[in-house]
Amino acid sequence: MPNTSRHSDPSGVNDGPAAGAAAGTSHHGAVAVDPPLAAAAATDVVGLGRARAFAFVAPALLLIGVFLLFPALWTLYIGATDYERTGPKHVSPSFVGVGNYTDVLADPSFYNSLWLSLLFVGFSAVIGQNGLGFALAWSLRNVAGWVRRTVETLVLFAWILPGSVVAFLWIAMLDRDGGTVNALLGTPGLAWFVDYPMASLIIFNIWRGTAFSLMLYGAALSSVPPSQLETARLAGASGLQTLRDVVFPHIRGHALTNTLLITLWTFNDFTPFLLTAGGPGDDSEIVSVYVYNTAIRDGRLGYSGAISLLILVANVVLALLYLRMLRKRSVS
Amino acid sequence: MAGISARKLDKVYPGGVHAVDRLDLDIDDGEFFALLGPSGCGKTTLLRTIAGLEQATGGSVLIGGRDVTNVTPARRDVAMVFQDYALFPHMTVIDNISYPLRIKRQARVARHARATEIGVQLGLADLMDRRPAALSGGQQQRVALARAVACHPSLFLFDEPLSNLDARLRLEARTFLKRLQRELGVTTVFVTHDQAEALALADRIAVMEAGRIRQLGTPREVFGRPANTFVANFIGSTPMNLLDGVVRGSTVDVAGGSLPVPAGAEGLVTDGEKVIVGVRPEYVRLSRSGEGLAGEVSILEHLGTTTLVTVDCGDELVGATVPEEDEPEPGAAVRLAPVPGRLLLYRAEDGELIGA
Repeated sequence: MPNTSRHSDPSGVNDGPAAGAAAGTSHHGAVAVDPPLAAAAATDVVGLGRARAFAFVAPALLLIGVFLLFPALWTLYIGATDYERTGPKHVSPSFVGVGNYTDVLADPSFYNSLWLSLLFVGFSAVIGQNGLGFALAWSLRNVAGWVRRTVETLVLFAWILPGSVVAFLWIAMLDRDGGTVNALLGTPGLAWFVDYPMASLIIFNIWRGTAFSLMLYGAALSSVPPSQLETARLAGASGLQTLRDVVFPHIRGHALTNTLLITLWTFNDFTPFLLTAGGPGDDSEIVSVYVYNTAIRDGRLGYSGAISLLILVANVVLALLYLRMLRKRSVS
Repeated sequence: MAGISARKLDKVYPGGVHAVDRLDLDIDDGEFFALLGPSGCGKTTLLRTIAGLEQATGGSVLIGGRDVTNVTPARRDVAMVFQDYALFPHMTVIDNISYPLRIKRQARVARHARATEIGVQLGLADLMDRRPAALSGGQQQRVALARAVACHPSLFLFDEPLSNLDARLRLEARTFLKRLQRELGVTTVFVTHDQAEALALADRIAVMEAGRIRQLGTPREVFGRPANTFVANFIGSTPMNLLDGVVRGSTVDVAGGSLPVPAGAEGLVTDGEKVIVGVRPEYVRLSRSGEGLAGEVSILEHLGTTTLVTVDCGDELVGATVPEEDEPEPGAAVRLAPVPGRLLLYRAEDGELIGA
């Protein structure tokens, strides 16, 4: 007598826990419910049964599998081969083990791109977007509603416009001959993206990404109790003292979260490629651009797969570091 | 130490709300003064304008004879206690208390000594190293008081400091607050919407409505002789009886019977004039027979040592409190007579007091 009766249920449709429980009692008389069936009833609260429940989840699993899981595993795989975009090594790549990784870690252009990414993230995100976003939010907190909304909307536009559009705008604005910036500054013939590629990218990214920090800090500042700000004001605290003693302690968690998010976004941002393509030379070849150039321009897919995995590890380490700081805050 | 004067003080918010309306007020040095009124009456705005947290749109504020209308809050020498206490959550009790001193650049040792001294006075000695989150509501309230006391202000401003405490604790904190104010002798302005709190604490009370003061007086005056029906309604834990009446010679027809016109109103009313007769339930004598309005007992409400009896008189309901042992049966026929001198007569048209 099979007590795995759910699978021998003749109707097939009645695959739910109720049917299973009923089968259990009928087969065993005094025994109410088998332990495995009771467990099934506990996990299957809705009573869909395993097959139908899986059918609901399947499309999502399929999408995640095809677009996230497979590329990730594929990258892991090709990172261990000498796979290339064209040629004989495309047709029959050979397994090289950790060879790619040792090559990458000995490659000066990898360290160049890592250094440029650090500059890019440090100046445009951690200092630039964070600082400007907070400064804007702080100075806008007491101004009239319509002024604030106008500024927020304008800043938000820079954030929501597609990367290709803003890249085109900036190329036009910083153009060597007919660019707006050269006309305003009286510096005709200055090729910003050639002469100051990293500085231009950093300013571009501050302009583009500050909206998020502005919104987040705007919300964070409204969570500071007004009575505490007023207590500091009555005591005679200056603006800086108020920030130090009242505001920052309240928004420290927000600041960490914001910094984590914009760090990861900026580290992985690919828009700079549309502006400088990493050039001139490799003067602005930040990590994301370096991976692309290695894979698509140079065709070394296996090598770039190894770099990608290293970047992933770097991202995870960064995130863990921030989360650790965040947890330390909430414990104390 | 300083008194406060407001001269034609006006505060209009940008939206057009007239929160304080050409208000004149004098608070004496060392006085415990309550601003009382329903929410939205402008009492908190008035307090914040005295503190300098709101800029007056007209008139002037004087503290200790000095015009401070355009002086920043920090230079007004005031300390404020907020409803939510406004303690800094990341600072210990001792740092919270000494914070104003730190801003005034007092040395760490000196300001901690001062904070400890105040903390001991206010029963916080064992809590000085704790964070506010580890304190009860009553303890937090005392830390907020200690912070206000520590910087030796010439003025305390309290914005409903007791309303976040539970009922039992509020009574204790009330007594504590009154004793503290007596000991320090610092002029104190206290905002509350709780009439019982104002009556219990204040030397004088200003009852406010719509940005104006409707009555200013001692608790006894405000309770015993409300200047108008608004104040009469607002003050008292049992609502005052306010009954429509018509003057007939030296008596008033009211609630199916008649009562004599009070001595203080004689000659001020004309025959046939419409009036409102006011008398507190506590000042109504209930008897089985004799003088007064006739009626039938309808509802009994127990208030502890007394019972509030609602009596059906004609087509009006009249309340009277009786000692618990004199409780009548529901449905009993009774007589209601006001205690002599406690009957108030208000003009029907504007609700102002005629006499008592």
